[in-house]
Amino acid sequence: MNLAAASTTSTGEAVQFWVLAVVAVIGALATVLMKRAVHSALSLAGTMIVLAVFYLANGAYFLGIVQIVVYTGAIMMLFLFVVMLVGVTAADSLRETIRGQRWLAAACGLGFGILLVAGVANASLRHFDGLGRANAGGNVEGLAALVFTRYVYAFEITGALLITAAVGAMVLTHRERTARAATQRELSQERTRKGAYVAPLPAPGTYARHNANDIPALLPDGTPSDLSVSKVLRDRGQVRDVSREALADLAALEQRSAEWLERGRDEEPKGVAQ
Amino acid sequence: MNPVSYLYLSALLFTIGGVGVLLRRNAIVVFMCVELMLNACNLAFVTFSRMHGNLDGQVFAFFTMVVAAAEVVVGLAIIVSVYRARHSASVDDASLLKL
Repeated sequence: MNLAAASTTSTGEAVQFWVLAVVAVIGALATVLMKRAVHSALSLAGTMIVLAVFYLANGAYFLGIVQIVVYTGAIMMLFLFVVMLVGVTAADSLRETIRGQRWLAAACGLGFGILLVAGVANASLRHFDGLGRANAGGNVEGLAALVFTRYVYAFEITGALLITAAVGAMVLTHRERTARAATQRELSQERTRKGAYVAPLPAPGTYARHNANDIPALLPDGTPSDLSVSKVLRDRGQVRDVSREALADLAALEQRSAEWLERGRDEEPKGVAQ
Repeated sequence: MNPVSYLYLSALLFTIGGVGVLLRRNAIVVFMCVELMLNACNLAFVTFSRMHGNLDGQVFAFFTMVVAAAEVVVGLAIIVSVYRARHSASVDDASLLKL
């Protein structure tokens, strides 16, 4: 990688930039436009990996690795974890709560982008010194020398900030138990005393054909029994009802056999006539 | 190619992130867009470091990453506790102070 003082980069870096910049922008747009949070998170992870490559290309070797380890490794995993906790299927509501907000936001973004790009274009940024001299003793050594001398107070304060953040996260998500958790014995005694449903719940699955957990058992009259499916699946609306399917299969079979018999009956008299 | 292109890309990513913060209603996605903006700033820092030929920009980007990590930890904890309280991660639903 050519990091010497220059106002242009090598052709290799230019090709890498133009290919990966497109990927980064597409990833960023997908982060904003994807309806589901999981897709947004994955697009953002892609953009972050591309940015890590850019850091490496710009001579920031330590930051490039840290970007992959901290951002795509830790932060995006944390995001995915929370997405799973909050609900993957919960898509964003697309209803506008403030009228015309979407267009106003897009216009603001466009104006801001134009201002920013014009600012960069107006600045005199012709010459790049390059990191050849600064990285001569090694990138990590150079960063360490700065962090532990000139920026040592900032470094200490970020340490305090990290500890505060960790404690804050624990305080925010910790829930104090106000009552002792009921034991299994107490739960069973309570259920028996209530007498509403003493027997074990019916198992899911029908006709020994489907034994998946999300398929309710059928009652004698053919309606599905909600009791046989876990409450979580019922609340999410992920119960699959196959009772109609079996009847439809039966109907199709009957129709097919009727057709076949009809044909047989049609053919038989012919045979007799001949 | 002039390395200034990295700054243009950084400006573009920052703008996209900002528009995402304004457009989206899901608190988690809003947060991801904030992360995108922080990353765009880091790219600008790294490019400036190359431009001036010293490592101060990279140290700044390093501190930005630390602050972003702390911010994500606390922010996601807030989102989880808000979700526990109101069963929604939408930023529109947290409107108790509204008349």
